[in-house]
Amino acid sequence: MSRAPSAAPRRADVVIVGGGFMGAATAFFLRRHGLSVILLERDLIGQAASGVNFGNVRRQGRFLPQLPLSNLSRDLWGRLPELIGEDAEFLPSGHIRVAFTEDNAARLERYAADCRPYGLELELLSGNAARARFPMLAPDVHTVSFSPADGHANPRLAAPAFGRAARRAGAHVLEETEVTGIGKDGEDFVIETRGQGVFRAPLLQISTGAWAQAMAATFGDHLRLIPRGPQMGVTEPVPYRIGPVIGFASDVTEEGVYLRQVARGNIVFGGGRRTDANLVTKRAPLDPLNTIRQMPHLARLLPDIARLRVIRTWSGVEAYLDDDIPVMGPSAGVAGLFYAFGFCGHGFQLGPGVGHVMAELIATGKTSVPIDAFHIGRFRGPDRPNV
Amino acid sequence: MDDRPVIVVGAGPAGTRAAQRLVRAGLRPIVLDENDRQGGQIYRRQPPGFTRPAARLYGTEAGKATALHRDFEAILPDIDYRPGTTAWGVSGDVLLASRGSAVSELSFSAVIIASGATDRIMPCPGWTIPGVFSLGGAQIALKAQACAIGARPVFMGTGPLLYLVAWQYLKAGVPPVAVLDTSSYADRLRGLRQMAARPRVLANGLRYLADLRRAGVMLRTAIRPERIEDDGGTVGGIAWRTARGTLQRAACDAVGVGYGLRSESQLADLLKCDFAFDSVSAQWAPVIDGFGRTSNRQVYLAGDGAVLRGADGAEAAGTLAACALLLDRDHPVATAEIAALQQRVAVMDRFRQGLGRAFPWPAHLAGALLDETIVCRCENITAGEIRHAAQALDAPDINRAKALVRPGMGRCQGRMCGLAAAEILAHARGVPAEQVGRIRTAAPVKPLPLDSRIVP
Repeated sequence: MSRAPSAAPRRADVVIVGGGFMGAATAFFLRRHGLSVILLERDLIGQAASGVNFGNVRRQGRFLPQLPLSNLSRDLWGRLPELIGEDAEFLPSGHIRVAFTEDNAARLERYAADCRPYGLELELLSGNAARARFPMLAPDVHTVSFSPADGHANPRLAAPAFGRAARRAGAHVLEETEVTGIGKDGEDFVIETRGQGVFRAPLLQISTGAWAQAMAATFGDHLRLIPRGPQMGVTEPVPYRIGPVIGFASDVTEEGVYLRQVARGNIVFGGGRRTDANLVTKRAPLDPLNTIRQMPHLARLLPDIARLRVIRTWSGVEAYLDDDIPVMGPSAGVAGLFYAFGFCGHGFQLGPGVGHVMAELIATGKTSVPIDAFHIGRFRGPDRPNV
Repeated sequence: MDDRPVIVVGAGPAGTRAAQRLVRAGLRPIVLDENDRQGGQIYRRQPPGFTRPAARLYGTEAGKATALHRDFEAILPDIDYRPGTTAWGVSGDVLLASRGSAVSELSFSAVIIASGATDRIMPCPGWTIPGVFSLGGAQIALKAQACAIGARPVFMGTGPLLYLVAWQYLKAGVPPVAVLDTSSYADRLRGLRQMAARPRVLANGLRYLADLRRAGVMLRTAIRPERIEDDGGTVGGIAWRTARGTLQRAACDAVGVGYGLRSESQLADLLKCDFAFDSVSAQWAPVIDGFGRTSNRQVYLAGDGAVLRGADGAEAAGTLAACALLLDRDHPVATAEIAALQQRVAVMDRFRQGLGRAFPWPAHLAGALLDETIVCRCENITAGEIRHAAQALDAPDINRAKALVRPGMGRCQGRMCGLAAAEILAHARGVPAEQVGRIRTAAPVKPLPLDSRIVP
């Protein structure tokens, strides 16, 4: 990727502002439609929410209208080596949700029934059957919901890999290029940058994650993004034996922890409370007390984990919309303007799919899977969620 | 009036003197000591039941060591001493410290960090073979438990510790086979004028050299490490090149390696102190003023954790940091005391600059490392993988390289490999080491048990 953009063109069919997973993947797929692309990233590709999340490639538990997009994305995850030349450590090891109470078990059962029409088949196992299948789990497990084709991948690798693949495919990927002004001049969007001049395009995608609110407001699309910091950690390595991603089925914030083991043996974990994130300093703190708070719930899921030690923790800037579902699709009022942001908490799995679908939408005007539920227009009008 | 306590992190020379000065002013600091007994690394004490006399343990520095131990014992009734306790994180304005699985939340009005340093490592082929130790590790084995790393050790690297440890092994009845130094005589001469700031220390160094030479220890300068040889899973020998490029080797059964020291500055980083690149030691260091104040007005630094001035410098800097803290809260401190301390520190600093010239960090070796050489031993990351991050993956800084190919991702969090990895990255990108930055600190500073619990 280039940090010497003097050679880059000043104009393209599409300018993408924001090189997170969504922006990088969109740039890659737009090249497959033959459109010229300039991608502008303020820092490095995939450095914010795309790079610091847990790495869940999970469909189970998702907002139901999002499952067609999620299914498409899952197919793309399985084809990463042929698409972008590397696998980003994607491991289709399965994903389980663990309930310890009657109520949470009932919720898992309901979801398993509800997601079947969308093509997501979950296996429910209770009591001894669950422990026989997943012997690492705690003895008091009530019910387990198993999604065999889900899994996990390395978030530090995925977005940069798409960025490099986009560049190889002919996109102009400019890192360390901060956008300072954005507007429309006749048919063209005009994007000003700090020190790198002005870029123009008839089509524009804003995929700046936590920083999208102000840019959308420039074009009259108003909504609220709430910046947050996830609380992640990793243990020292132990022999690989866990397999599936394991998550706690609970609506109690502190209990909402999850973990996965990477092939080299470390166990990555996250969940529970989040911290506030700072959009100006571009930093989100990890509160080590949150790590301590995660420990008993992690040990509830996987008793043996208590014998290990945490070697590293991290956080990063994420942002959530009021209704916890993303903004994806065209602007409500400005022709040629597209959005893809606000995926936090569930965006990593969607990355390849969002890139694929946004490129379709921008290049052809339509999409192969429905995304109407994510239109920014839901924040307009009298019944809009609290903006 | 802020009635939260002052915390001193570390109970080596700097931490001990800082605590002592605070006690003299009527304060009752909490002293966190990662070791089970006070003394730090340089004046490390033996475990209970071990009885080698101080003169044998600390040689010419025995007087200083016993004075430091005695003075610490004298203030024990006036401090809250917590041995075996590691400060590993910061939450808001609370310091988190663990003893085993018990975590304490320690609020503080100010903290003096005297966290010391570890050996600075330059990898070479074979450095991960069992039987290879860091110089400091080799010294601790001798000091704490009277163990030698081998019967026929070689010491390789650069810096004054190289000769001190070799000499201590000689005195302990384990004469080293060789001392191999990457610095040249010309380097020594360049540093001589500033090293003359401390004639006694310089004379000691010359005495170590003379004793080693008289005992028939092979002394070589301006060497380039070639490899440490594997003999069925343990060290069998060592090979190096002379300044002219001739390959030489020696049989040995252990190697102690070290290229000067690196500051343990992670707590200062977690406490959001500003850092700057220090060209004398060729590493990033927290920014401090002439007293040890940082950019965070609650945080003071002293000793090798801030500036690598050695044990005597650490004692002066510890007292000085305590004086600064006292001045900042309007305790009377005599101007003469400050002046004397600052003068002592200035002498140490001049000596430190001389050492930096005499025993320079051999950055060029990082650029020349074979691709297959392991750099990060926690994660088994090679020099070639770091170069791949620099070039094919376009990582402009060490944190990006860490994210993409994992140097510094393991148990030590880059404390051992970080400086060498940054040097390799910088060399591969053709930029000064300063430009690739430093590994950002994340809690826990040391591995944290997953059954940790907060205790009152």
